[in-house]
Amino acid sequence: MHFHGGQIPAEYRRYIGRKSAFLVSLVLMLTMALVVAVSLGAARIPLLQVVKTLAGLETTRQIETIIWNIRLPQALSSMVAGAGLAVAGAAMQSILRNPLGSPFTLGISHAAAFGAALSVMILGGGIMTSNAVGAVQITNPYLTTASAFLFSIATSAVIVAIARLRGATPEVMVLTGVALGAFFTAGTMFLQFFADDVQLAAMVFWTFGDTARATWQELGYMAATTLAIASFFFANSWNYNAIDAGDETAKGLGVRVERVRMVGMMLASILTAVIISFLGIIGFVGLVVPHMVRRIVGSDHRFLLPAAVLGGALLLLVSDTAARLMLAPHVLPVSVLTAFMGAPVFLFLIIRGGRR
Amino acid sequence: MILDTRHLHFAYNGVDILRDIDFSVQPGELLAILGPNGVGKTTLLKCINAIHRPREGAVLVEGLDVLRMPPADIATRIGYVAQKIETARLTVFDAVLMGRKPHIRWQTSERDLQIVDSAIRHLHLENTSLRFIDQLSGGELQKVCIARALVQEPRLLLLDEPTSSLDLRNQVEIMQLLRRVIDEHQIAAVMTMHDLNRAMRYADSVLMLKEGEVHSYGRTSQITATMIESVYGLPVEIHHINGYPLVIPQEEHPACHQVAHSHP
Repeated sequence: MHFHGGQIPAEYRRYIGRKSAFLVSLVLMLTMALVVAVSLGAARIPLLQVVKTLAGLETTRQIETIIWNIRLPQALSSMVAGAGLAVAGAAMQSILRNPLGSPFTLGISHAAAFGAALSVMILGGGIMTSNAVGAVQITNPYLTTASAFLFSIATSAVIVAIARLRGATPEVMVLTGVALGAFFTAGTMFLQFFADDVQLAAMVFWTFGDTARATWQELGYMAATTLAIASFFFANSWNYNAIDAGDETAKGLGVRVERVRMVGMMLASILTAVIISFLGIIGFVGLVVPHMVRRIVGSDHRFLLPAAVLGGALLLLVSDTAARLMLAPHVLPVSVLTAFMGAPVFLFLIIRGGRR
Repeated sequence: MILDTRHLHFAYNGVDILRDIDFSVQPGELLAILGPNGVGKTTLLKCINAIHRPREGAVLVEGLDVLRMPPADIATRIGYVAQKIETARLTVFDAVLMGRKPHIRWQTSERDLQIVDSAIRHLHLENTSLRFIDQLSGGELQKVCIARALVQEPRLLLLDEPTSSLDLRNQVEIMQLLRRVIDEHQIAAVMTMHDLNRAMRYADSVLMLKEGEVHSYGRTSQITATMIESVYGLPVEIHHINGYPLVIPQEEHPACHQVAHSHP
């Protein structure tokens, strides 16, 4: 059958134009937020000076050090982590057709916390020192990072294995994730009970997600992973739209639903695992940001996913800057702030609209 | 011949659901699949577009075996309107555009958008095209799903109880619309149904399933009261009113009388 004589309604073009404009405005806000975030801190640097330093123009050695070694890596880490966690959450909510779907629901973060605790206690990653500012540092961060990552990935592998056995339905995957999350929480409690006070402090400290932890190299790993996996999600936008319309309809449209769901879940888990292994657990960004941007751009993944990337980056950058400044001279890890912020924002979203 | 199924045999967990199903559908033909609940009507539909894999047999669409095609190729030949409809926050235009999925490689083209617009006009949905589908009535939503299946540009349309959750007016409207699309575009359609009268009124042919097998299959005019009685286990009469067959069950359940009397 063939359809002829169709035109593209001007109204529809305007509608799409408005969504694109929203994405562009997010990019602009993000750029401005970055410059402001870099300028703010214990030593205030004028905005113009920030721009000049970033552009490699005239600057002083001191300002250059502050910006390139401290402020910029932290600001970029916040952006990358926010973008990655939010896009993983958005993809997961769609794949699992569950508004609470996120790599956290699937126990990924619990597994990472357990992996870190295990490293601190058994593998000797947890001999801690205190630096001048009084923050606790883990002396063998790579071992702890690797252990946290391995356990997160193992968790998603178990979920995929069980999904292969029992069918990749959202129910199977969510319930398996919840069970694994509870299991790893129990494991972490067990380790904490037998830990000495130094180890216990290190375990707890690790779970405070903090964007100041990342080095340039680690930032590079996180950025590359986020870029690759977010691009993969973008390319699958129509598949996720189709799954939103129901498994049956999606299959009728030629989507290999089980495969899309498994691959998507695995990649969202890897992305989350990479970020939280380097930075610690940063909750609620993956859950709240997709819901926030969905209110504005709707459920069309062609716009929802890019909006989640930009919105996540913006939210975590702003939160991180606020966390650095609000209790100065104490520097609060951003995860504490996002956890506080997440609940009221989420409740607001629930009360504001019953509609999706 | 658009659709030809040969000795279709489907089993689930070792239990036979469908046995030896043979039928064919011509261009411009609407076939209704009838039978009691749980007899495998929906399963049969899903075997036709390979959502379920039959254990034996072949499904030929214009001579090509569907069971050997990749899913995206099947979706360019067969449109499927599922019974369970889920709504997301998408506009009608975007929801219909999703039907171009099997044709989209990376980005939607201008042509995709034109086809969607044309289909939306064809189904008289143009006034709703920028509304969100979670704000539509049941009848409008069903039209959107049909439009989505149509922009796949299929040769065969499969519909799973397309009118089951609609009010009388929408039932008639959807059936008239399907009839018009099938006649105008000379595509073939297979639909499962519970409403015998609607089926007898609009379908060209009827296939009745009983216990996983074809009980009777033929032109709508060849269906007799005895066949219906044998499939559903309830005596019926077929009357003709204004030239259209009307199936009337002969026995009413005693409980119905009691309820009727208690509310004068």
